[in-house]
Amino acid sequence: MSANTVSPEVLLKAEHVVKEFPLASRRLWGGEKLKVNAVSDVSLDVHRGETVGLVGETGCGKSTLARCLTRLYDLTDGSVNFDGTDISKLRRNEMRPLRREMQMIFQDPYGSLNPRRTVGSIIGEPFAIHAIAEGQERKRRVQELMEVVGLNPEHYNRFPADFSGGQRQRIGVARALALRPKLIVCDEPVSALDVSIQAQVVNLLMDLQTEFNLTYLFIAHDLSVVEQVSDRVMVMYLGRAAEIAPVDRLYSNPRHPYTSALLSAVPIPDPDVSDRRKQIILTGDVPSPVDPPTGCRFHPRCPKAQDVCKVEVPPLASVFQDPPSHQVACHFPLADGEQLVGTGGGELGAITIEEAK
Amino acid sequence: MSQITGQMEALEPDPIDVVVSKTIEGRSPWQLSMARLRRDPMAIITLVVIFLIILIALCAPLIAKFTGHPPNMQYRTTGLTPEGLPRPPGGEFWFGTDNLGRDVLVRIAYGARISLVVSLVSTVLTVTLGVAVGIAAGYYGGIIDSVLSRMVDFVLSFPFILFVLALVAISGPSLVLLVIVIALFNWTYVARVVRGQTLSLRQREFVEAALSLGASDRRIMFYDLLPNVLAPVIALTSLLIPLFVVLEATLSFLGLGVPAPTATWGGMLSDSVVTYRQAWWFVVFPGAALLITTLAFNLLGDSVRDAFDPRADRL
Repeated sequence: MSANTVSPEVLLKAEHVVKEFPLASRRLWGGEKLKVNAVSDVSLDVHRGETVGLVGETGCGKSTLARCLTRLYDLTDGSVNFDGTDISKLRRNEMRPLRREMQMIFQDPYGSLNPRRTVGSIIGEPFAIHAIAEGQERKRRVQELMEVVGLNPEHYNRFPADFSGGQRQRIGVARALALRPKLIVCDEPVSALDVSIQAQVVNLLMDLQTEFNLTYLFIAHDLSVVEQVSDRVMVMYLGRAAEIAPVDRLYSNPRHPYTSALLSAVPIPDPDVSDRRKQIILTGDVPSPVDPPTGCRFHPRCPKAQDVCKVEVPPLASVFQDPPSHQVACHFPLADGEQLVGTGGGELGAITIEEAK
Repeated sequence: MSQITGQMEALEPDPIDVVVSKTIEGRSPWQLSMARLRRDPMAIITLVVIFLIILIALCAPLIAKFTGHPPNMQYRTTGLTPEGLPRPPGGEFWFGTDNLGRDVLVRIAYGARISLVVSLVSTVLTVTLGVAVGIAAGYYGGIIDSVLSRMVDFVLSFPFILFVLALVAISGPSLVLLVIVIALFNWTYVARVVRGQTLSLRQREFVEAALSLGASDRRIMFYDLLPNVLAPVIALTSLLIPLFVVLEATLSFLGLGVPAPTATWGGMLSDSVVTYRQAWWFVVFPGAALLITTLAFNLLGDSVRDAFDPRADRL
């Protein structure tokens, strides 16, 4: 599944997206106005037909970013251009026709389906909302969709509780597919599933992409899944983009110390290989997004951190002889073949290397 | 990986190839609850009792015709002893007479009408108002939630009986006033339960999914939230009905309910206070009617609550 270079057009263009959630003040008046900096100044292009992976730890803002891009959340600042339209300022009823073009697949196959409605009515919901097909016609199209995602169309009248996790996720996929959208945002679509079922759903998504010429924004924290499905990958840390690169470059040649640490945490099935690998274990917790570190947000945990990292926010840019598609936000990016070592540069002596026995 | 995947897929038969001759009907949570209810002997018994009470209420004019005693007719010669006391149960008056010489049996039957109408109509009003406010507060949150929740607090902190006394003093007692007052003072309990339920449902991904499909607020509240708050609401409703039966009796007892000479259970109990030493039947029969009705609704309420409990067995 390589990038569709035939049409390198940009389907979704996010520029300097900022999303902050104000925290309720505990005082009657006065007091500090605290806010959660969920997404801070993230820009991203998604090309037609490609899959962009979005990875990062829990709470790094990837789901929030996805909800900003689909306008489930209002943006605090920045703009989102979808298929030629700036959607960041659209009102909800202006947004409605565009919703046909962008759909979401959710993480929780239990929570994302209304337990009190039949599968037929759940998958038929998009038709009902946009007043497209009715009666027998709607039923026919819903059953068609069920077949496409590998569900038995006879199960039209069953309830979500009658299905397994993997089957429910297929229901969610069918619902997202109903209106033939251009973009599907997959918010950790397989994280809640068993590994064997994960593969089935991932394969289904990849087959559907070729069949319906879909564009995916694929959010996950499982790096091996992202590697399998993505053309390009963006790594996020604490609300900022740390690195963005074509998938093979990112996995073979990570520039950001955080990417490198993340990659070293991917489990390797072969114990011999696994034993020979050096695992980088980040110490300390992810800082609170209410009060993020100044400068580079990774600096308190970074072994390469210098004084400048505490002050200056590193811009996202290409380094060394990298192609422009590979960008990193780091003052001291890793050179080719450079191993991350615990130099103790960071104040907390942030990274240690454990030699496997 | 692909090998393993291949095996996994082989284990599950391809669902499309499975030939199913008859259509497969899933059973909705609602259907499951109803099935559980049908299997509960207590639910069946109480339903039969409630059905009988409704039958008596509906047939009140027939009973009056059969006995030949209209509900408000005072039989001063046959219905009262020479001393002017009520007559005990006997051939002509099966349940005896009251202190004005009226047939207690006929009046109990007519009282059942008031009792059921008041409790059912005010329950419908209470639940409608409570669900509407609760869902709106829970779904919209923010200022709407704050305003509605303060309204609930305001109503809850109102002295109910004093308020009714004042209202009756102004407009006089009436059936409509009774129903409105009961609904107005009790929707808050429903609203609180529904709001809490809605708040937690609001966080579920299926609401977000509906939003991402472009659903309107009204559609989300009706199709996604309402069916999911219905189970606790039904359980609560089944307990509101007996509460309102008693409340109606209480208010009628205090003279704040339906005005005399209309027969009500509470009103009869109130009248019986004067002669309860001589005429036990005038206390016992209306009291028993009230007790049986309340008990039946309460026990049914318990069964309904069990049947709609999501943790119950699937059958």
